[in-house]
Amino acid sequence: MTDSKYFTTTKKGEIFELKAELNSDKKEKKKEAVKKVIASMTVGKDVSALFPDVVNCMQTDNLELKKLVYLYLMNYAKSQPDMAIMAVNTFVKDCEDPNPLIRALAVRTMGCIRVDKITEYLCEPLRKCLKDEDPYVRKTAAVCVAKLHDINAQLVEDQGFLDTLKDLISDSNPMVVANAVAALSEIAESHPNSNLLDLNPQSINKLLTALNECTEWGQIFILDCLANYTPRDDRESQSICERVTPRLSHANSAVVLSAVKVLMKFMEMLPKDLDYYGTLLKKLAPPLVTLLSAEPELQYVALRNINLIVQKRPEILKHEMKVFFVKYNDPIYVKLEKLDIMIRLASQANIAQVLAELKEYATEVDVDFVRKAVRAIGRCAIKVEQSAERCVSTLLDLIQTKVNYVVQEAIVVIKDIFRKYPNKYESVIATLCENLDSLDEPEARAAMIWIVGEYAERIDNADELLESFLEGFHDESTQVQLQLLTAIVKLFLKKPTETQELVQQVLSLATQDSDNPDLRDRGYIYWRLLSTDPVAAKEVVLAEKPLISEETDLIEPTLLEELICHIGTLASVYHKPPSAFVEGSRGVQHKRIPIHIGGSPSMGSGFGAPAAVMPSSLNAPVGGGLGDLFDLGGGVGMPMGTFVPPKTLWLPAMKGKGLEIMGTFARRAGVIQMEMTLTNKAMSVMTDFAIQFNRNSFGLAPAGPLQVPTPLSPNQTIDVSLPLNNGGPVMKMEPLNNLQVAVKNNIDVFYFSCQYPISMLFVEDGKMDRQVFLATWKDIPNENEAQFQINDCHLNSDAASNKLQGSNVFTIAKRTVEGQDMLYQSMKLTNGICVLTELRVQTGSPTYTVSDRHTHALWVMIPARAGV
Amino acid sequence: MIGGLFIYNHKGEVLISRVYRDDIGRNAVDAFRVNVIHARQQVRSPVTNIARTSFFHVKRSNIWLAAVTKQNVNAAMVFEFLYKMCDVMTAYFSKISEENIKNNFVLIYELLDEILDFGYPQNSESGALKTFITQQGIKSQHHSKDEQSQITSQVTGQIGWRREGIKYRRNELFLDVLESVNLLMSPQGQVLSAHVSGRVVMKSYLSGMPECKFGMNDKIVIDKQQGKGATSDDSAKSGKQSIAIDDCTFHQCVRLSKFDSERSISFIPPDGDYELMRYRTTKDIILPFRVIPLVREVGRTKLEVKVVIKSNFKASLLAQKIEVRIPTPLNTSGVQVICMKGKAKYKASDNAIVWKIKRMAGMKESQISAEIELLPTNEKKKWTRPPISMNFEVPFAPSGLKVRYLKVFESKLNYSDHDVIKWVRYIGRSGIYETRC
Repeated sequence: MTDSKYFTTTKKGEIFELKAELNSDKKEKKKEAVKKVIASMTVGKDVSALFPDVVNCMQTDNLELKKLVYLYLMNYAKSQPDMAIMAVNTFVKDCEDPNPLIRALAVRTMGCIRVDKITEYLCEPLRKCLKDEDPYVRKTAAVCVAKLHDINAQLVEDQGFLDTLKDLISDSNPMVVANAVAALSEIAESHPNSNLLDLNPQSINKLLTALNECTEWGQIFILDCLANYTPRDDRESQSICERVTPRLSHANSAVVLSAVKVLMKFMEMLPKDLDYYGTLLKKLAPPLVTLLSAEPELQYVALRNINLIVQKRPEILKHEMKVFFVKYNDPIYVKLEKLDIMIRLASQANIAQVLAELKEYATEVDVDFVRKAVRAIGRCAIKVEQSAERCVSTLLDLIQTKVNYVVQEAIVVIKDIFRKYPNKYESVIATLCENLDSLDEPEARAAMIWIVGEYAERIDNADELLESFLEGFHDESTQVQLQLLTAIVKLFLKKPTETQELVQQVLSLATQDSDNPDLRDRGYIYWRLLSTDPVAAKEVVLAEKPLISEETDLIEPTLLEELICHIGTLASVYHKPPSAFVEGSRGVQHKRIPIHIGGSPSMGSGFGAPAAVMPSSLNAPVGGGLGDLFDLGGGVGMPMGTFVPPKTLWLPAMKGKGLEIMGTFARRAGVIQMEMTLTNKAMSVMTDFAIQFNRNSFGLAPAGPLQVPTPLSPNQTIDVSLPLNNGGPVMKMEPLNNLQVAVKNNIDVFYFSCQYPISMLFVEDGKMDRQVFLATWKDIPNENEAQFQINDCHLNSDAASNKLQGSNVFTIAKRTVEGQDMLYQSMKLTNGICVLTELRVQTGSPTYTVSDRHTHALWVMIPARAGV
Repeated sequence: MIGGLFIYNHKGEVLISRVYRDDIGRNAVDAFRVNVIHARQQVRSPVTNIARTSFFHVKRSNIWLAAVTKQNVNAAMVFEFLYKMCDVMTAYFSKISEENIKNNFVLIYELLDEILDFGYPQNSESGALKTFITQQGIKSQHHSKDEQSQITSQVTGQIGWRREGIKYRRNELFLDVLESVNLLMSPQGQVLSAHVSGRVVMKSYLSGMPECKFGMNDKIVIDKQQGKGATSDDSAKSGKQSIAIDDCTFHQCVRLSKFDSERSISFIPPDGDYELMRYRTTKDIILPFRVIPLVREVGRTKLEVKVVIKSNFKASLLAQKIEVRIPTPLNTSGVQVICMKGKAKYKASDNAIVWKIKRMAGMKESQISAEIELLPTNEKKKWTRPPISMNFEVPFAPSGLKVRYLKVFESKLNYSDHDVIKWVRYIGRSGIYETRC
């Protein structure tokens, strides 16, 4: 029997013939006809006209035929919704079939038919199937809930399917658990704030048990879900890690990568001095290396991920350089990725080997690969100072090969080497100049022109060389034009006597004959400078340039963190956050790595302890969040006023290229102030400070520019205070009070994030009228209530009330019931949202119970963190 | 999750198209054809993003398999799934070819319906699938109720890779240790890098649901046992023979948590062929051959090459299919070769002298010498001497791995470990085995 014949029929009148065959009495003929229909559908022919005839074949006891009809239905039901109803009866009947395979088939197919009228009929069968005695039916039904949710989310919620699905997480069958987890994870993605997955130590334990028993795919679903959990403390984090590590030996690379994701994330919570931490680091390397012996496509995925891992934790693979050496028959995409990682791992210890390899690669055939290899040699020179000399001589050797693209690439990187090590390798300039004519790419031409301009005094015929470029000025790309302009001005400043004519010429070309605004502006600036104050011009144009940094291609730290949370997924392959390539609401939430809480106080991350305890779910108790609400450390004698947390390190000097920023937030006279201490720990003067905020939850924005009075000289420290307003663009952050800040100075732009105490946002007129309070308290639905306890607080209710008043938390009423003091309080946030609290103080007991009600569901997670 | 799955022939005609998600339209089929299959340039990545839709593809002979999605899916999982899909198709109709796919398109649709649900991979073990996706639709009707529930419990169960009630008259096990040894050696005989990547491949024909336990001379295990008080004599003996394994991965039938805690490999095997484990070693590798090159440039138009190979294993063993490739410069005009053993030929098309020896015993050596005439050229570029590469096959494991035991327990049926006929074979092959000259 060969079915390939069905692909070849192209006669006219085919549809008509098929119709006749479909209505034939003979079973065999019917089946043949349906097969033909499916084949036509596959190649893209429109066979929707046959809908009623095909659906008529559905009532059959031939399972194969039935499946074919179902396949047709899934494809065309949407275009013929009215006729699709004809199929409903059969589906509903099949859901009652004694054969579990048929029950599952029916519910699976029904979920794929996206017609409203059919979904209504689906609810009852689905409900039964979710509780079916057969695990095969239950696992199919679990996925069906996700299908239905995709069609009609409201219906799923109204019918209570979500709860049934949650129950399936405790099912006895591991595959049912895995599919339920997959379905819930997907549904939860479209409800970022819901508490669907309800991950808590008990449910996590269930998942970890199922992990040992389910299929490889199920393990992936479970691990990916686990990665979204934030452990309570380092103990829990360690115990999860211990149970996940065996997965690193799984033959399925996706299981391994998902396990790596969980470990990379949870590791962050472990104290670095723990023995287990070191063990875990060691355990991660071998499986990552093993991934490189998988099929090439998987190697590619693995390498893209390793690239991230190496940036986050270079120590894991620092001894494994050799495995990233390129093999002759690797596909090009694998080669390019390996090269990238080699550069990242290059260090003084292995540089000789790396260079030897790179030199080999530079003689390969693939142009992209060769270029990248040449570029890599340059990057090694910049990264490992000891190797610079060897790199330069290797590059010179390569220039001697006269292979056009090799020469051009080499010149581009040599320019960077000059900028990193000034006055060291200029002896090679002569060799470079020999190759001037062969350069045809803008980047290489621009680099060469830069070199000529920068070292004009050492090149005898610099003016001739530059003049030769000037002839075709208008045909050059902007990059080259700009570079040429600057180079000639430099030349003029160095050798003013011979080059007056040349500089005139270039200035007039740039300003009068060009319509490129950038070029024209730059031309005018030079012209003005040269004509008004040649001395100043010299100072500006020939000023000492800052050294270029080693790692220009590192991924920005917050993005890197987010990508680490997406290990194994497309985001990690693209090196882009999901929001950059996923449409709609899915995947738009930004994921973050949890931070180790407690432990050593020197934890340079700069986030205060409360930062990470933001509850991620609706009613989760806020552990410790209110700790500093009452300033336990005997602050009673302090003057009343808004609590100002002590300054924490926001930007360490290491990351800020010498700039260190400590900071805190305060509310002074109704204005939110960002108070910072800037310290210059670099060797050079810092100027031109500016600040910018990313969009944040409360629209905080600087009310004015950052006022740094004088240039900041080395080892100088100044305090600045920046008033903020909340008129900026709003975007919900996770955690809510996270603020991403960019600070710019003459050296670079630095990014860091910090967290402001919510109490800062409590406004002075937050006091509510008693009646209003009562009415509002009743109006707010119970879902918006959160409760938590504060332990070890030794203030009495009046003292607490006074303290809180200082932070704009106003006590409306006080009541004493059965030895408990009840304080009713209100506060208002800058964006108009009110928070009402009931504070119960057990007299003589250090425990406080707080119930919160909020006027807006979204803000339910705000713990009443107010410093006193 | 996976939004759709397409299969194309080499011309880009679609053979199979199954869409799982509403966000994937028919135009996705064409987008991939136009942008990848018909692309002018060679494909630069196995993942392509076209208009916010991501395409993952793999190629088997001249057939393209593409998975499509619009979401942030687990990329590793998608590729693993595509490979698995190929395995399943191969298990059903051997070769993946256009003809076979067209002939089996109904079966493929049925499989796709079963192993991907709403884009989520489900049980895809061909052993399990074959119990109920048979392409004889009528037959499945006659399953008894027991059979049906047996099928479903297997498909969803903990041992999804094996069905119950398997019976063999003769219980047999075949175990192959297949290793490929990789080497890069300097002209002076210094090992620059060497590693072995090995696989343990099994064929099991066992009745019932047997519990198997596999033991090898893993250093960690041996050391542990020594700690338990073996005599000093024993430990000296076994200590020498144990090997350090850098990393290993296992078939999903192996209980990983048990391996992690006790380092014992226990499993209920699939029926038939499967790969039990893969491993990698870098320490104390036995290099079966040593290549000693000697290249002398005589003037500008002549090269003298002498290569000695030494076999470095027990004299009683025989290596097979030995091939040495000695690269020659591009401007070679003629070559004279003299070899003591085997046959050597200059292959102008490969720019190499290929020396083949059928068999060679251990602890022997053999040599070849060649005179290479060169055409005078004015090219400045020097000939960068590529390394001499070698191929061979030896009947032992270069990593030193030894199978210590493979025990079979089946409590319900009346056969014991002794009744199982077990076959063990070691094959060491050359991977990339190069010596620079």
